Amino acid sequence: MAEVTGSPISNQQSFEHGMEEEEKHILGFWIFLASDLVLFACLFATYLVLRTHTDGGPTEAQLFDIPMFTLETFILLTSSFTCGLAVREMRNGHFGRLMGWLAVTVLLGLAFVGIEVNEFITYSLEGATMQRSAFLSGFFTLVGTHGLHVSLGIVWMISVGIQLIRDRIQPTTARKLFNAGLYWHFLDVVWVMIFTVVYLMGVMK
Amino acid sequence: MFNQLVGYLREADPLIQMSAVAIVFTLIGIVAALTYYRKWGWLWREWITTVDHKKIGIMYLICALLMLFRGGVDALLMRTQLAFPGMNFLDAQHYNEIFTTHGTIMILFVAMPLLFAMMNIVVPLQIGARDVAFPFLNAVSFWLFFFGALLFNLSFVLGGSPDAGWVSYPPLAELSHSPGPGINYYVLSLQISGIGSIATGINFIVTILKMRAPGMTLMRMPLFTWSVLASCIVIIFAFPAFTVALALLGLDRIAGTHFFTMQHGGNPMMYVNLFWIWGHPEVYIAILPVYGIFSEVVSTFSRKTIFGYKSMVISLMLISVIGYFVWVHHFFTMGAGPGVNSFFSVASMAVGIPTGVKVFNWLFTMFRGRIRLTLPMLWTLAFIPCFAIGGATGVMLAAAPGDYQFHNSYVVIAHFHQTLIGGAVFGLLAGMYYWWPKMFGFKLNETLGKWAFWFFNIGFYVCFMPQYALGLMGMTRRVYTYPAETGWGTLNFVSTIGAYLMGIGFLFIVVQVLYSIRYGERDTTGDPWDGRTLEWSLPSPVPHYNFAQIPTVHGRDAWWEMKQQRKEDSLFSTKELKPIHMPNNSALPFFMGLAFFVAGFGLVFNQFMIATVGLIGVVVCMLWRSLEKDTGHWISVDEIKQMEAS
Repeated sequence: MAEVTGSPISNQQSFEHGMEEEEKHILGFWIFLASDLVLFACLFATYLVLRTHTDGGPTEAQLFDIPMFTLETFILLTSSFTCGLAVREMRNGHFGRLMGWLAVTVLLGLAFVGIEVNEFITYSLEGATMQRSAFLSGFFTLVGTHGLHVSLGIVWMISVGIQLIRDRIQPTTARKLFNAGLYWHFLDVVWVMIFTVVYLMGVMK
Repeated sequence: MFNQLVGYLREADPLIQMSAVAIVFTLIGIVAALTYYRKWGWLWREWITTVDHKKIGIMYLICALLMLFRGGVDALLMRTQLAFPGMNFLDAQHYNEIFTTHGTIMILFVAMPLLFAMMNIVVPLQIGARDVAFPFLNAVSFWLFFFGALLFNLSFVLGGSPDAGWVSYPPLAELSHSPGPGINYYVLSLQISGIGSIATGINFIVTILKMRAPGMTLMRMPLFTWSVLASCIVIIFAFPAFTVALALLGLDRIAGTHFFTMQHGGNPMMYVNLFWIWGHPEVYIAILPVYGIFSEVVSTFSRKTIFGYKSMVISLMLISVIGYFVWVHHFFTMGAGPGVNSFFSVASMAVGIPTGVKVFNWLFTMFRGRIRLTLPMLWTLAFIPCFAIGGATGVMLAAAPGDYQFHNSYVVIAHFHQTLIGGAVFGLLAGMYYWWPKMFGFKLNETLGKWAFWFFNIGFYVCFMPQYALGLMGMTRRVYTYPAETGWGTLNFVSTIGAYLMGIGFLFIVVQVLYSIRYGERDTTGDPWDGRTLEWSLPSPVPHYNFAQIPTVHGRDAWWEMKQQRKEDSLFSTKELKPIHMPNNSALPFFMGLAFFVAGFGLVFNQFMIATVGLIGVVVCMLWRSLEKDTGHWISVDEIKQMEAS
């Protein structure tokens, strides 16, 4: 570990970008996101290869429900905005407002996951399971991987929330909230791709 | 599940039953020895819970050498089976399992951990850092590799090994063609260790970019560190493709999806693409750090600055980029058409250009240098002709029309063994010999090492040169026996002799290590080779905080310059020692690896309760770590003075 200037706990002026230790974590997290992006790129490529392989089963146009995926998109984009507000309030040092926006973000995230679970159950009950065709395998895996990421993001934000209540705003918690925010915005970008490539291109056929 | 396993063992090959008994006895022996010498506490405190990058590196090294033994035994079993036409030493199924585990183990559980061993031990020392960027994550990476390898090796005695080749192509690897747990073992063990590899990649990129000593600009960085940076960038962009390929294959087998099946719209070629998007860059992941090792070794033992430093850096980066545009050369015969094949053909050949630049730079470094023929230098010299032949046959294979002839023949086997043994293995052995005194504080015996060198090298050519001829004579890979009328008997017999010579070479290395632990020349100076880079400025073995004072760097080959100018103090500021902050040991990485192992084992046998318990364990470990507050401690000035004086 590199030389740490002073005791790490007492250094309060710098939040997430000041200390060497926190900077390293943020750079590391960016690199992790780059590798996660490659993961999603591979899932997208697989989906695009397999989307026409319906094997006589339901097609995209038959399944996708425009109001539902539009609502999902609206909720997730809004949560990304509220997450940004939470980080902004952290920088301003408003603890109460920070916790408020964090709670709103978590609730919106939960709503998103709820709608997606409902969507998956509806499809499955109609016989469109991931075992039905290669297209459906690709669809459930790509969208499901994103959903799993969102669920993990929710657990993470709750954990960061607990630490904020325990330790208040100081460099370590600030960095953790900042990284969780990066992750959340990243998932938003991936969702915009899913919205375009999976849902819009699907219903346009 | 238990009955299934007992049934499997009862009906298994006697070879497997014997191995199972041997494993049980070895385990009992280890447990008894640890108990008798009261070493459990020492093992737990000093090694299992450690976050020290040097100790983690040594653990990687030990595991890799053990796995090299297993992969080598696999190779000898195969070569014994092929020594004569119509042999009946192994049956077809057993042969399939052995060539699969040989390939998988050698690439993922030998080459990768050996590489991680060198990276872990050397990189922080070369750049003047006290540790890697994320010591805790580093320990997690190691334990994921460890438990991944353990899961993979269990397959041999518990339920059956994977048998679809180290590439595990569907539909051969699908449930329809390969029922039983074998391929599940493959998918899950590689997935677990793969996560660890991605984490290592992130860790070392941040370490190298953020933790260099003052004055060490990027263009003053030692070439080994540069090569590790190049390799880690490739890891970050290649391994996620492997994660996806394995996950989708696993879903096909465990959840009944249809990504790669022959029915319901699956497309096996999609797996082949995903696999090689990782698989080809993977060979550059293995070879790039080896180029770095050669650069250090050639420079040190020629007593000259490396020739063409900048072109070395540029060629490293070029190889890591071009490495992404070559993967289709593994399946020119897929039928992608002349446009696609031409692109990947030209890209594959283009890798030869920066590689050639490097080889000439090493030769020019040696030119008019004061060369010392030590073991690391010998392996480097052996590498050059070996890799030149491997590269030339590589260009042959990269020519798409020619590849239609060579595809899946023994020419391919001979070619990639030549590049991976002549490149990665020779290089990692050179690195091991070079940094051994730094790791353990003594040199390895040179005489025994030279015996190993000659046995291994002569054995290598005797083993693989006949295989080029066999490939051109029409022998395809993965055949477990052949009739005498083919005329392949003589060359196969010669090849088998070569394999055994290499085996003897390996035994000499084992003897060399054991002999040198007792009688090897002790390294009291910390600089046994008259080295050039910062790691040689430290005592051997290195104290756990590495540098009592972070050095200030004024140029390339910082330690060499300092020795030339006899300015002992110029490297270190004359200021007082300061307390050092170091991370605490932690048992969490071990438990996290264990939880992944439980989850993987459950999924191998479709036992979803066990898998769920394991996955919950993983999440609990992560939350525990997230909520942990004080993860470091301070070393006082008095303690540092005591350590430095001793």
